[in-house]
Amino acid sequence: MQDLDTQIWDNSKPILEIENLSISFFTRLREIPAVMDFSCTVMPGEAMGLVGESGCGKSTVALGVMRDLGKNGRIVGGTIRFKGRDLTTMSEEELRHIRGSEIAMIYQEPMASLNPAMKIGAQLAEVPMIHRDMGKAEAWALARQIVADVRLPDPDRILQAYPHQLSGGQQQRIVIAMALMSKPALLILDEPTTALDVTVEAGIVDLVKDLGEKYGTSMLFISHNLGLVLDVCDRLCVMYSGEAVETGNVEEVFNEMRHPYTQALFRSIPLPGADKTTRPLVPIPGNFPLPHERPPGCNFGPRCDYFKKGLCDAQEIPMLAVPDGDRHATRCLRFQEIDWDAPLKAPKTVEKTPVGDVVLRMEDLRKYYNVSSGAFGGGSTKVVKANETLSFEAREGETLAIVGESGCGKSTFAKVLMGLETATSGKIFLYNQDIQDTPIEKRSTDTVSSVQMVFQNPFDTLNPSMTVGRQIIRALEIFQEGADDAARKARMLELLDLVKLPRAFADRMPRQLSGGQKQRVGIARAFAGGAKIVVADEPVSALDVSVQAAVTDLLMEIQRKNRTTLLFISHDLSIVRYLSDRVMVMYLGHVVELGTTDQVFSPPYHPYTEALLSAVPIADTRVKKKRIVLEGDIPSAMNPPPGCPFQTRCRWKAQVPGNLCDTVVPPLKTLESGHQIKCHLSDEILRGMEPVITIAAE
Amino acid sequence: MDELSWGQILARMAWQFWPVWIALAATFALSITFRRRLGLYGKLFDSPIGMVGFGIVMFWVFTALFADMIITFDPLAQLSGLKNKLPGTPVPGQEGAYYLLGGDSLARDVFSRMVMGARRVLAIAPAATTFAFMVGITLGLPAGYFGGKLDTAISFLANLVLAFPVILLFYLLVTPEIRVTGIPVILAAVLFIFPVIFFTVLWNSRYFTDPKRRNLYVGITLVLGLWAYSGLAFNADPLGVWSMDPNLLNVFVSVVFVNAPTVFRIVRGIVMDLKARDYVAAGQTRGEGPWYIMLWEILPNARGPLIVDFCLRIGYTTILLGTLGFFGLGVSPESPDWGSTIDDGRRLLAIYPHPAIVPALALMSLVLGLNLLADGLREESLRD
Amino acid sequence: MLFFVLRRLAVMLATALCLTFIVFFMTNLPPNLEKLAKSEASARMSDAEVESWLEKNGFGQPVLQRYGEWLGVLPGWTVTEEGRTRGRCFARGQTDAPRFCGVLQGEWGYSSVFRTEVSEVIGRSLGATAWLMLWVMIVMVPTALLLGVLSGMREGSRTDRVLSTAAIASTATPEYVSGVVLIAAFGSATAGLSPILADWGWIEGRTLFLGTATSAMDQITFWNFALPVITIALYGIGYIARMTRASMTEVMTQQYIRTARLKGVGFRQVVMRHALRNALIAPFTVIMLQFPWLLNGVVIVETLFNYKGFGWTLVQAASNNDIELLLACSVVAVLVVLVTQLISDIGYVFLNPRIRLA
Repeated sequence: MQDLDTQIWDNSKPILEIENLSISFFTRLREIPAVMDFSCTVMPGEAMGLVGESGCGKSTVALGVMRDLGKNGRIVGGTIRFKGRDLTTMSEEELRHIRGSEIAMIYQEPMASLNPAMKIGAQLAEVPMIHRDMGKAEAWALARQIVADVRLPDPDRILQAYPHQLSGGQQQRIVIAMALMSKPALLILDEPTTALDVTVEAGIVDLVKDLGEKYGTSMLFISHNLGLVLDVCDRLCVMYSGEAVETGNVEEVFNEMRHPYTQALFRSIPLPGADKTTRPLVPIPGNFPLPHERPPGCNFGPRCDYFKKGLCDAQEIPMLAVPDGDRHATRCLRFQEIDWDAPLKAPKTVEKTPVGDVVLRMEDLRKYYNVSSGAFGGGSTKVVKANETLSFEAREGETLAIVGESGCGKSTFAKVLMGLETATSGKIFLYNQDIQDTPIEKRSTDTVSSVQMVFQNPFDTLNPSMTVGRQIIRALEIFQEGADDAARKARMLELLDLVKLPRAFADRMPRQLSGGQKQRVGIARAFAGGAKIVVADEPVSALDVSVQAAVTDLLMEIQRKNRTTLLFISHDLSIVRYLSDRVMVMYLGHVVELGTTDQVFSPPYHPYTEALLSAVPIADTRVKKKRIVLEGDIPSAMNPPPGCPFQTRCRWKAQVPGNLCDTVVPPLKTLESGHQIKCHLSDEILRGMEPVITIAAE
Repeated sequence: MDELSWGQILARMAWQFWPVWIALAATFALSITFRRRLGLYGKLFDSPIGMVGFGIVMFWVFTALFADMIITFDPLAQLSGLKNKLPGTPVPGQEGAYYLLGGDSLARDVFSRMVMGARRVLAIAPAATTFAFMVGITLGLPAGYFGGKLDTAISFLANLVLAFPVILLFYLLVTPEIRVTGIPVILAAVLFIFPVIFFTVLWNSRYFTDPKRRNLYVGITLVLGLWAYSGLAFNADPLGVWSMDPNLLNVFVSVVFVNAPTVFRIVRGIVMDLKARDYVAAGQTRGEGPWYIMLWEILPNARGPLIVDFCLRIGYTTILLGTLGFFGLGVSPESPDWGSTIDDGRRLLAIYPHPAIVPALALMSLVLGLNLLADGLREESLRD
Repeated sequence: MLFFVLRRLAVMLATALCLTFIVFFMTNLPPNLEKLAKSEASARMSDAEVESWLEKNGFGQPVLQRYGEWLGVLPGWTVTEEGRTRGRCFARGQTDAPRFCGVLQGEWGYSSVFRTEVSEVIGRSLGATAWLMLWVMIVMVPTALLLGVLSGMREGSRTDRVLSTAAIASTATPEYVSGVVLIAAFGSATAGLSPILADWGWIEGRTLFLGTATSAMDQITFWNFALPVITIALYGIGYIARMTRASMTEVMTQQYIRTARLKGVGFRQVVMRHALRNALIAPFTVIMLQFPWLLNGVVIVETLFNYKGFGWTLVQAASNNDIELLLACSVVAVLVVLVTQLISDIGYVFLNPRIRLA
């Protein structure tokens, strides 16, 4: 065993070689194949991306490599060679020596992956103590050094801390540090940044890339985010329904994809240039097949535009090498017949909706909470300023996007608008009627039904023990729609039509629906009372990319039909650019920038918007981004910095004379045509800003 | 006649239970055939533990139902010469009749008393548990949902009851003296009103948009509920259908009183967890009243843990009733109920163990069955 | 931290006051007092005579005032009759007395059953029960934790199935059942193991274990104490083991356990270093909250085995209408429960690093 550690691996041979791997899970009823005939090779120092939607088997591959499939999972075929040794036949004892020392893994939920009852230092030092018989003092010294390497401030304090005392970003850095403690040859990252905010994610991605180069570690990077894969990886493997469908060099796959699924995936994500009226997204039709209901032949067949009966469904399809490619392969029989550069077939364009009168106006809205610190209600009370001087208006038929990361106050704002909380001060006008002091139980049915909400989490938005139809009918009852039960039932079926769900779904329970379908029911329920204003709180962020496009499309369509005002809360700037008319950027309860989509996405920026734009990964090789990585984490809303809320992380702070940023909250200044920015920077400096994103000419 | 051997005793007992075997076989055959269509109940038959538990529980349920057909002697009859006789003793003067499990210190048939005891236990325990759940749910929902002062107040009261050692509470609550003061009736008046409140609020919150239907459901609930209420709590039913023996009322009320705070705590905990869900927020944003959200959005989703706890709690209530019997509290001395039979039998335990052992094993098997059933349900409800 | 403890103490005090008042009220109900009067004076008193006896002996005042006197915050009652002053605080035959004589002054009253000071009865019986509890704890806690951890660390394994079924069976067996079964099996001269062993000549006496624990009042031996201890412990073992198992299985599915495993930590180390501390937080609370249950068991077992401890005393007091003694028993019981609750709360905070107090 020990010789493996010291042995220098020949760099021309692959570190990891997976061949025809098949993994199944066994339940009481049947065997469920999770991964089938999967092959991939990772060379030393190479970063391999595994991309696909949820349920495609990408995480199972990672766990298969770690041989940690739980009680029900089993490798049913193929080999996994790590440095030439087959992991599938290794004993537990041999595996134990490899895990953590040669192969390390980083997970999605940093908080959950750290032991809450052990100090950080002990958790880190454990690794070399197990694998290299290192003494305690030496191991702690090493831990201290690695903690500094992952760019955490004050390593000594952090080593003595418990996980809950660190922020999410810091925790993830600790998990990375733990993985690097024994300088592994292979690092597996399973959605390492999904739980983090975008600006924090950017820092982690940078760190991973740098460390990968510094230590020469190979990486298996699992993500659903194509943009992130482009940022991090050299090669990628696209998975669909348990199979690899396309693999190759990242640039090559992005620019010259040779599988219909990869193509459909790219067409369904909002890249720069997509627009809701002129170049709408193309959703992938149909649904992801359930593991035990996969079609014969090509798994993607039923959803594929190029499907040919008798060919695609007649045989098992092998991976075929793409000629002249850099180890580029695709699982498509027709890849040489398809014209990959053909433009989209007559994309359906729609009229831009004209914007009507102001329906909603907020003036200087503030919402403060009193919270008592301490777990048992003792101690002093603190004021959390969730919303500070919020002023804007929204017009009929308009989409106003509200952008910000966690703790920016967007959810509080939604609660106040809905009447679940009342404002501390300020005014909310709904059709010139002020409602800021009217809690929801005092609002008229009309007011309630005209302001509705679509929720974020599809698994939570529907009551799991009520049928879909019943839930919509209940909304109709409460909004006093329809004269009797029959009328309401008819209206419910119409609403199902509206959201493009089969009428048979009325009798289904929510657990029988997929995430996207549940979200559609949520939309139908929100529009049950003919809502005029709909607050959509991250309605698609929990959905898979291909479903996101369809749900977004649906929202837009209903909006056009009903001339609804849509308040679209999101942290995803790509989708915001795609669908919104105007954008409001929030940070720690303040509106820092407000303007039309074009104004916000092009200079001059508020420094925070600039960083946010730079942080969002974009899956387009033509896009060149300016790299702006923000230092540190978002301050807690309990304890905001004095002066400008963004001053602790602002890279432009030096350009403002004196200590203005430290002491004075900047005024909201209006630039040309209503574009508002809350910043102390002078007009010249603002004018001199360069665009963050440029699209290289083709 | 000779005494029976143990094999013969078992064979004769098995024969006596014939209606139970038939009913059990029918239940299992039907349930296993249709288990895919029966939801959680059907899934129970995928778990061996759950099935065993269900089988034991149903055995006792059917025994209670068919007790009249199973018993071999009147459980209260004292036959001379059979005092403390061992199991399998022939009854003099009656050809082919035996005291299958022997006679007790008053020369009564232990077997028949055990069978009749099942009827008594299974009549009180589930009913008392149901009332405790009604009280616990009706108080736990608002405490968990609203929180604040209301929660503090109810929780304080619940903790007050929980801090009492159960036995002490029984010694204070279940005495002949206390019946004179009317405290059991007051307690009953408070505790028994909860089901009526529960169902009235349940229908009203759901159907207030449709006054005609609301009035119908609420009306039926109030008429039926208050009718039963007047009979059970005050023994003042004008038609004389509902009534409860004051002795029994005392026991019943005390058991409900002891169980309700625990149910309250469980419900409160679940509600605090579930109220953060988006579907609750969706209800709030469409202007639903708090009781609709509690009763129709939250409660149905809390059913899993509540059903499991219901099974466990019936078992626990059975133990409590046994404890009461064991201390000779609140039940008539003639009663065949298991707890008091154990109490009777323990005096001569070292010499004649059988009169105490038989009801002890019966009680243990019923509680074991309920616990296994709860365990099976828990396991199956956690799956997928 | 201090603030938290003070707050808890305040709540505890309020609870104790409420509970003692309830007990006081319930034990001093008119029928009980009537019974007392008849047993103290004469069984054939008329209603009017009872009334006047009660009046003369200080039971005529409002219940709240009598509670205050019993507690020792109000001055004790006095009656001057034929030039002689009697009163609550007067020792028999004495002519002068302190103004206050309640529980707070250490005056617990006089037991009508045992004909001696209540404090003496309580002290003696608590001592006996303490031995019982000590042995129960020594047997119960390690066994339960071991069983729970063993069955929880590999959920669904054969060990788990066997151990959890055993745990369920033991929680399904209340003390009065297991006590009866154990006595029949090991302590009966006519049934179970003892006659067989006696036949073979393996035991000297007639039974293997003693069916009563009365002799343990003088000297505790394995043979007279094992059955009562096991009877109480059995019920608790099942309950705590199930809690530990639930907590352990939950911890074993946590992401950080996977992290530890994939760090290359061996299974034994995963359990010992990573899982155990997190898994024992919940059972700790459960063990502490077991005390009210144990008290139940103690009462049943002491009655069944005729061991004259606290539980036995409580039963004697309750069934003989010994009001002062029953009150004292209740106060002790309630205090034990409240103190263990406090310990469990504070201990939870210490065990769980995630909770930090302001």
